[in-house]
Amino acid sequence: MYVAVKGGERAIEEAHRLLADARRGDPAVPEITLRQIEQQLALAVDRVMTEGSVFDRELAALAIKQARGDLFEAVFLLRAYRTTLPRFGASEPIDTSDMTIRRRISATFKDLPGGQILGPTFDYTHRLLDFDLAGPDPGGETPSRQATPPADPLDEPIPRVVDLLDREGLIEAEEPDDDGEPVGDLTREPLRFPCGRAARLQNLARGDEGFLLALGYSTQRGYGRNHPFAGEIRLGEVDVELSPEELGFPIAIASITVTECQMVNQFKGSASAPAQFTRGYGLAFGESERKAMVMALVDRALRCAELGEEPVSPAQDEEFVLYHSDNVEASGFVQHLKLPHYVDFQSELVLVRNLRAAAGTRPAA
Amino acid sequence: MTPMPMTQVPLLAVRGLTKRYGERVGCLDVGFDLWSGEVLGLVGESGSGKTSVLQCLAGRLEATAGCADFFQRDGTIVDILRLPEAPRRRLARTDWAMVQQNPRDGLRMGVTAGANVGERLMAVGERHYGRIRREALDWLGQVEIPQDRIDDLPGTFSGGMLQRLQIARCLVTRPRLVFMDEPTGALDVSVQARLLDLLRGLVADLGLSAIVVTHDLAVARLLAHRLLVMKDGEVIESGLTDQVLDDPQHPYTQLLVSSVLQP
Amino acid sequence: MSGYNFAYLDEQTKRMIRRAILKAVAIPGYQVPFGSREMPLSYGWGTGGVQVTASVIGPEDVLKVIDQGADDTTNAVSIRQFFARTTGVKTTTRTDRATLIQTRHRIPETPLREGQIMVFQVPIPEPLRWLEPRESETRKIHALEEYGAMHVRLYEDITLHGRVATAYDYPVRVNGRYVMRPSPIPKFDNPKLDRNPALLLFGAGREKRIYAVPSWTSVKSLDFKDHPFTIEKWEQSCALCGAGDSFLDEVIVDDKGGRMFVCSDTDYCARRREPTR
Repeated sequence: MYVAVKGGERAIEEAHRLLADARRGDPAVPEITLRQIEQQLALAVDRVMTEGSVFDRELAALAIKQARGDLFEAVFLLRAYRTTLPRFGASEPIDTSDMTIRRRISATFKDLPGGQILGPTFDYTHRLLDFDLAGPDPGGETPSRQATPPADPLDEPIPRVVDLLDREGLIEAEEPDDDGEPVGDLTREPLRFPCGRAARLQNLARGDEGFLLALGYSTQRGYGRNHPFAGEIRLGEVDVELSPEELGFPIAIASITVTECQMVNQFKGSASAPAQFTRGYGLAFGESERKAMVMALVDRALRCAELGEEPVSPAQDEEFVLYHSDNVEASGFVQHLKLPHYVDFQSELVLVRNLRAAAGTRPAA
Repeated sequence: MTPMPMTQVPLLAVRGLTKRYGERVGCLDVGFDLWSGEVLGLVGESGSGKTSVLQCLAGRLEATAGCADFFQRDGTIVDILRLPEAPRRRLARTDWAMVQQNPRDGLRMGVTAGANVGERLMAVGERHYGRIRREALDWLGQVEIPQDRIDDLPGTFSGGMLQRLQIARCLVTRPRLVFMDEPTGALDVSVQARLLDLLRGLVADLGLSAIVVTHDLAVARLLAHRLLVMKDGEVIESGLTDQVLDDPQHPYTQLLVSSVLQP
Repeated sequence: MSGYNFAYLDEQTKRMIRRAILKAVAIPGYQVPFGSREMPLSYGWGTGGVQVTASVIGPEDVLKVIDQGADDTTNAVSIRQFFARTTGVKTTTRTDRATLIQTRHRIPETPLREGQIMVFQVPIPEPLRWLEPRESETRKIHALEEYGAMHVRLYEDITLHGRVATAYDYPVRVNGRYVMRPSPIPKFDNPKLDRNPALLLFGAGREKRIYAVPSWTSVKSLDFKDHPFTIEKWEQSCALCGAGDSFLDEVIVDDKGGRMFVCSDTDYCARRREPTR
């Protein structure tokens, strides 16, 4: 005797219990702490903060732990939490020329004021698995490494490469809008087309690094006609400043780590305008260098309309890029296929059966 | 081959049409009247400005200066260069048509021939499948496409047939003004003659007005009542087709005419 | 759930969504863009519906949540629990007792009343998306009422299949003006949209659009005069309650492919079997 299936609630509760067990894993293994994640899986934390649009290392670490290491899920957790946070104001734009620099490189000149500072980077490592890192048995002691004392952060502000080019008029000028118009916020308003560069950059900052990486890569391979140069990449700490109404002047409320990339692209010129280099810009939280670089590549590709270039490649298709860059949206919609669709399917079954029956009786065309 | 104007007012009166691309001139100070039932040819080499004129009038390019007064079905006159997008698109679907040089640009390659022809009818509110299909069959007949191709996808059509399908798609709502951009440009020479004959017949039967851009003087002679000869963005000679081609006044026109290969 | 506002969303956000809803009600069938928030559920799993419900729900409401017509499918359970925790309102499985119904992919068989609100979960709001991927272009098409291409699609179906081959999410014309997607309800449910006494709200969270059909508004499924819109029919009746007029789910009961048909609307079926409940 068929009884309609009940017990959806019980099933869900049990699923959550199983998940909590799976998350913990073998109880004999020490539980991972937020501090460990935040310190020793720092680049995962940086990515989650960047795509989650919240600078808070501890929260990001918690999200990673709760998500069992699935970074898409962690970004989702962080963003959902962000929705509930009250806002009490907007900060001043951060000033990356005032950065406490820990890494700064440029591919455009061999040497330049301030020098090339490598900082902590994988770039020149040989990708050989280092079994020393495998560590001791659980419960044992790790031989402590001789910690290298950190170098003093550089004192004088280091001028930007693009500013040097700017002084000679070799690179397109980039003037901030002076009209006092508030910058839109993609987390409060929907994306509209055509959208301005500010909205595009917000979207790219939150966008999935893998997707942007593929698009940026495609522009280098001929799906786009630009040869980019890494004008400047800098990593370090900047102050976040807020001007509370009561004070009327800005105060520093936090210090955050950011990575900034300015790409310098092939020159453009026309009968009316002299040849100049053009720009692409990328900015990410933490040490997210790859993200900052691909963001700059895709930013430049999407500027095709402003710069009078014919959009010919997917990376130049604004709607395509900006609608599909959000991995929380993408993941949700892809995974929604797991939801019951049996009613829609039933409709299709009825239709297909009818079509087949009708085809059987129709005269051949 | 001179038609009698059917009204006192030209269907389209163009004055001072100018298009600049930065420093470069697309067309400069072009003016003419187009009467109901008349075909006007814009001839010249590449870069003469004939395409700029057509694109500005068809609403695909924004003119830098000038006006173009169109005499609408309801008797009102509207400057189509200043028309907002909504009424312009409406006109483009009903009272105007654009025959593109490459028929693939003017067709939906992913739907059947019948759907291609029927679309404009559906766009203006026709809701009877049987009637749409009958009209589509009728038009396929008029453009000499075998009627049993009505359910075929255009990808299976030859170049000449595609162009004829495009023409059927354009004419089904009986537009009064047709823009043609090198209508035979993409076709084999052997196929061109037949298409030109067809066009000539349709224009006469339906009393269409048309502006035909072409670099091919033979096409101009066959289709157009009057010609505007363009060079470097300007009209350098105009008049009845036969007069301009048989007795060209301007040295450039003489050059053009004399360089046409004789069959 | 301490620390969260009633119905989870902050009041500013609710106000923003209500403004979008008002606009949607004023222009039946028109998609109003809104600043969709990240919710604790995945995009694609009903965040649009949840945001609309969260913005209109009040402490006196009685809430019903269904998915595929059933109250106890997993996602319906999950969403109902979410609202129970964040609002404390009464919940019900009875369509006639609910003031607010959130639904995925079905309209209940029990007719709705004036004063009830039904919130639909919408995956893709744009009926022209198959024809034109660009949002900038589809907005123009709606503004200019250039719906010819929608009928081209129907024409093609009739030409190739002898009938329209769309089984669910069948496009409709609302109030004689906007073409709308009713969400993936089976076309069987389309007639229920026409002149429905209830207020019908549609939320697409990921796509960030809200639209509405006010009470008593005309909603016509697109068709041709000589190929009018028709709905699904079954030879069978519900094996549990005997209904011959409801949408039936096909259930496979044994390894040999034996099947039976039961009402998709679990409440409707239960009422018919135990009317005194």
